[in-house]
Amino acid sequence: MGVKQNTNDNAGRIHVSPEQLRYAKVLNAGMRAGLVVLVAGLFAYVSGLVPAHVPLEQLPALWTLSAPEYLRATGMPDGWGWLHMLDSGDALPLVGIAILAGVSGVCFLVLLPLYFSNRDPIYFSIAALEIGVLALAASGILTSGH
Amino acid sequence: MKMRKSNFNVYAAALGAGIMLGAAIYTSGALAAVNAGGAVAAANAGGAVAAAAEIAPLAWWVWPLSLFALCFVLGMIAVPAGVGGGVLFVPIVSGFFPFHLDFVRGAGLLVALASAVAASPGLLRAGLADLRLALPLALLASASSIVGALVGLALPAAAVQTALGVTILCIVVLMWLAKKSEFPNIQQSDSLAAALGIHGVFYDAVHRREITWKVHRTPLGLGLFVGIGVLAGLFGLGAGWANVPALNLVMGVPLRLSAGSSGFILSIVDSSAVWVYINKGAVLAIIAAPSVIGMMLGAFIGARLLTIVKASTIRSLVIALLLLAGLRALAKGTGVWA
Repeated sequence: MGVKQNTNDNAGRIHVSPEQLRYAKVLNAGMRAGLVVLVAGLFAYVSGLVPAHVPLEQLPALWTLSAPEYLRATGMPDGWGWLHMLDSGDALPLVGIAILAGVSGVCFLVLLPLYFSNRDPIYFSIAALEIGVLALAASGILTSGH
Repeated sequence: MKMRKSNFNVYAAALGAGIMLGAAIYTSGALAAVNAGGAVAAANAGGAVAAAAEIAPLAWWVWPLSLFALCFVLGMIAVPAGVGGGVLFVPIVSGFFPFHLDFVRGAGLLVALASAVAASPGLLRAGLADLRLALPLALLASASSIVGALVGLALPAAAVQTALGVTILCIVVLMWLAKKSEFPNIQQSDSLAAALGIHGVFYDAVHRREITWKVHRTPLGLGLFVGIGVLAGLFGLGAGWANVPALNLVMGVPLRLSAGSSGFILSIVDSSAVWVYINKGAVLAIIAAPSVIGMMLGAFIGARLLTIVKASTIRSLVIALLLLAGLRALAKGTGVWA
């Protein structure tokens, strides 16, 4: 447990475990995908390529409201409701944001079989718990309000 | 070298994206201005001067474009100063832009998350962040960041703004006074660290030597990260400013490994907190997306700025900026200067 394997990178002087390298690979792919989708979504939104649910010209009067007031005033949904509005420009950038926020969960999923095969029950449990925490946060089950 | 190339590709993509975004906002804004101009003309023609006066305030696109420019500058100074962008973003944007604090915190978390997610693969591959060290700390901090985010969204904005001002001023004091220990000398791991297998060998490319490291005071470190997670979720700050001292000074992690692992921990902690903000509708794309792109572009320039400007100079600038932003947040929260 905790033994670092040498990957022969940088003349063999960098000590990085296979789990760490796997995590980095998945995170890198997710980060690139999220960034590209975010930028494309924003471009489609602000250029008017995809019409917005809330017209851009109205935003200065709305972004001074709190989040719950904004949702009430615009009829935008909370939770995952934006998934049903992907034909609206203002919901499109949320896809990229969701990828960026969700990629860590995928990384932990990838770690599970590695920790299982290494017979490392402590870190297997930590990774599983982290997936649970991220899933709970993403689920929208937790609620609060002003 | 691989890390540099990878980062370069990401930033080159972000640069192209930024140019595209600027062009799109400008084109869209120009069209809106033309439309607004037409509306003004029509209104004046109809004698409805009051209607024209309503159109006169700044066009919508001025704000995201200003945000993009501000974040570009913040990104430039954040890297050489060794702080994440979120800690500068939230107090400055909430103090000087018209957006509600809910949206500013949501965007702040996203800025910190995007920067951390972009940097983490390179840090992990280069051995400048350690997975075994980060995972237990990130688990507790990400769980507590959810609590912080829920509390922050439930409290009145003025109360959060006041608490933010106080917190930022405390960060100024911490940054001013905090010492650093490049290679803490830890004689023996504590029993929890030993059970978790948190130790390793870190190659310090600057000093061209391998450093064997271990940690102590792990239970205290875990407790601190619970508090750090709450602050990250509550204020949307990112909290790298707190991670590094906790790792380095409390747990005895070498400084460079502390900085790298801090960035990696942020990528996990902010993920859970930002979901709460997304689900509550507190992430507004028109605020969050230009901020993320501007910050990443600025960070690219900032990494190069580090080689030509003294880090201490930029660090002093950041402390001055935080002092100003902290006082502004306090004044706004208490209603002294709304």
